[in-house]
Amino acid sequence: MDAVEVEVSLRVDGRQRRLTLDTRTSLLDALRERLGVTGPKKGCDHGQCGACTILLDGRRVNSCLALAVAHDEAEITTVEGLADGDTLHPLQESFVRHDGFQCGYCTPGQICSAVGMLTEAEAGWPSAVSADLTAPVELTDAEISERMSGNLCRCGAYAGIVPAIAEVAR
Amino acid sequence: MTTTEQRLTPRAMGVPLDRLDGPAKVTGTARYAFEHPQTQPLYLHPVQATVAAGRITAIETGAAEAVPGVLAVLTHLNAPRLADTSDGELAILQSGGVAFRGQIIGGVVATSPETARHAASLVRTAYDEQPHDVVLRAGHEGLYAPDSVNGGYDTDQVQGDVEAALASADVTVDQTYTTPTLHNNPMEPHSTIAVWDDGQLTLYDSTQGVHMVRKSVAPLFGLDPEQVRVISPHVGGGFGSKGNAHAHVVLAAMAARQLPGRPVKLALTRQQMFFLAGYRTPTLQRVRLGADRDGRFSAISVEAISQTARIKEFTEQTAVAARMMYAAPNRRTTHRVTRLDVPVPSWMRAPGECPGMFAAEVAMDELAEACGLDPVELRVRNEPETDPETGHPFSSRNLVACLREGARRIGWERRDPTPGARRENGALVGLGVSASVYPVFRMPGSAARVRAEAGGRYTVSIGAADLGTGTWTALTQIAADALEVPVEHVDLRIGDTALPPATVAGGSSGITCWGSAIVHAARELRGQHGRSPAEGAEAVGETGDNPDTERYAMYAFGAQFAEVRVDADTGEVRAPRLVGVFAAGRIINPKTARSQLLGGMTMGLSMALYEQSHVDPSIGQVANHDFAEYHIATNADIGSLDVSWLDEDDPHVNAMGSKGIGEIGIVGTAAAVANAAYNATGVRIRDLPVTLDAFLS
Repeated sequence: MDAVEVEVSLRVDGRQRRLTLDTRTSLLDALRERLGVTGPKKGCDHGQCGACTILLDGRRVNSCLALAVAHDEAEITTVEGLADGDTLHPLQESFVRHDGFQCGYCTPGQICSAVGMLTEAEAGWPSAVSADLTAPVELTDAEISERMSGNLCRCGAYAGIVPAIAEVAR
Repeated sequence: MTTTEQRLTPRAMGVPLDRLDGPAKVTGTARYAFEHPQTQPLYLHPVQATVAAGRITAIETGAAEAVPGVLAVLTHLNAPRLADTSDGELAILQSGGVAFRGQIIGGVVATSPETARHAASLVRTAYDEQPHDVVLRAGHEGLYAPDSVNGGYDTDQVQGDVEAALASADVTVDQTYTTPTLHNNPMEPHSTIAVWDDGQLTLYDSTQGVHMVRKSVAPLFGLDPEQVRVISPHVGGGFGSKGNAHAHVVLAAMAARQLPGRPVKLALTRQQMFFLAGYRTPTLQRVRLGADRDGRFSAISVEAISQTARIKEFTEQTAVAARMMYAAPNRRTTHRVTRLDVPVPSWMRAPGECPGMFAAEVAMDELAEACGLDPVELRVRNEPETDPETGHPFSSRNLVACLREGARRIGWERRDPTPGARRENGALVGLGVSASVYPVFRMPGSAARVRAEAGGRYTVSIGAADLGTGTWTALTQIAADALEVPVEHVDLRIGDTALPPATVAGGSSGITCWGSAIVHAARELRGQHGRSPAEGAEAVGETGDNPDTERYAMYAFGAQFAEVRVDADTGEVRAPRLVGVFAAGRIINPKTARSQLLGGMTMGLSMALYEQSHVDPSIGQVANHDFAEYHIATNADIGSLDVSWLDEDDPHVNAMGSKGIGEIGIVGTAAAVANAAYNATGVRIRDLPVTLDAFLS
């Protein structure tokens, strides 16, 4: 099987990027290996760890499970695009202050996931631990833990991640 | 006689400084091994053996070579001959022999990762397959006594007469405990970029020790160490699995040598990590305890067995903690290992102590019940006055204080010693305790350089590693105190063999070894150049010997408590509350230290309830080799974690007064959980992990 190449245009962290890529290329590999955007991490390449989480047209997704060719003209925000110049995003700042990481490899995914999660909660999406499926979401620690459980952290920084997010959420 | 090392006055040490590498990590700009920018990189995908034992009789690479974009296919037929094949794990592609399923038998280099991976799938191999044996079991015919066990410890130790003491003891426990195969699974897969240029090999590697990698790799290729440079500023976790160079690093270097000047990138897939990146051996431990009616030990015996690979011996030092933990005049600890057709086991967070203290501390719980004693009190009664193994005094030992404080924090007085007595909201609720311990290791071989810069600044250089351990921050704090300057005046450099040599980040020894070298370099600089050195003035210091190492037994201690809830109908087991109290000398940075201990306990909880690599004996490999099926604790699996430590002033360990905290957090967690599960239900768990089926029968 020979590679099939197509042209794709992506808007990544505010910059328009055009590239010709192998149709087998995941969005994650397109970002990391073709565009040099290495903020999103590859932890499992199977959508099982969440390290590659980005915001794709505003929603959190595992970029390792998305083929780049299927997302022509997509708007992508990675962890590299969250800060405003030298001013960190409130979640980035909170993660540092609460030491919500150790090795830092899951962190870009955790933070992008948290951004997406806060939007979901704001929109009233319930989770598996929500007592009331239609009431406004109150982001208790249990809600945050549940909603962030798609992002694994082997260093075991969950006890810092939850308060880091809670402080921004409340 | 040399006196105790002069102690450092803490100014920056003890301050909960935010992680200095934090902004780079939260913005995604910290560079991990695979992310160092390269021009026209090539991608390497390993080819792995699909049998567990045998020999390759034919390997067909034509289809792979025909794929456009493929530059090379390496096999044992065309790979470079290695100059040194003494390490069986690293000596890949030197013959057609297969020692375990998943072993590297080739590699494909191509211009894109997609092409390399696809082409690797086209390599066809025929084998003369042999029967394999991949299951460790008691009484395995291959069990033998190794010359020594990991860490250089004696294989066996015997004091007194255990059999006689057990025969005459009022109360005995005699049980076998097992821990399963466990995989380290750092979030960052093991990754290497290799560049071979003008006889110089550069490796961007995800490693716990750049100098260790250089020392391992250089002789394989007949290179002088100076011809190999290893760079690793940020490491996405390791937990021991990046403490040794593994075979993929050799494969990357081989490919780079075949394609000089071209950067060759290799990242193991998550699945490949279950074959190629080390793991914790399963253990079987027969533990026998003998005591009088008051719970005072007369005998402790631990017989531990574990597995290793055909091609390399690694023996987990499972029983060593039993040599020093509690007083008993009669003691025997033995290790036996057997070679199986399995991947090479290696270090995983607290090798030895972690599985060993699971068995011993559950046995303690059993003995406490047999004596009708409170489990905390049993441990207090068996506190030794001096180290039972060496007779030396402890440099400091605050286990009892940790137990008392932990008991207070968990509400131990509310624990009903009768199993199954407490029921709340449909759950059986119990409390359990375990002790924790980890040695203070000090290895020779680290050096640091301190250089005076303009404006009262200093550059401190050492080839140390930060795998999330907080090294960037803690070493900066130590350097600041050693130089008596603010932390803002110190620029630390680590993670590069171009810097002075550093020992591997293992055995919780980083701060002791690297910190001591920095302190000595700073004192040397001040001694030679005074308070206001000229710009460019430099001094080098080494870790050096600590004479107190020969006079004192040095260990960190801790106590862990767990609350476990078992659903009375479904058996679902959770640990909503863990308490850990530690006595680990001076804490250099309370913020990063807390994370280290939390992280250890979280991994311990994960070990207690979830983790197990299931080996399929029919095909000879771990079947659940990804994160969907090898479960590690998720965010929602963690309840309340209460971590604290005692202010411990130990004048003997090193100039900082620190003992090391990377591993002690995982030691004892699983036992505390299993003991709490017993208190909740009356079901004694001797085999990890603790799963709901145990409570349904």
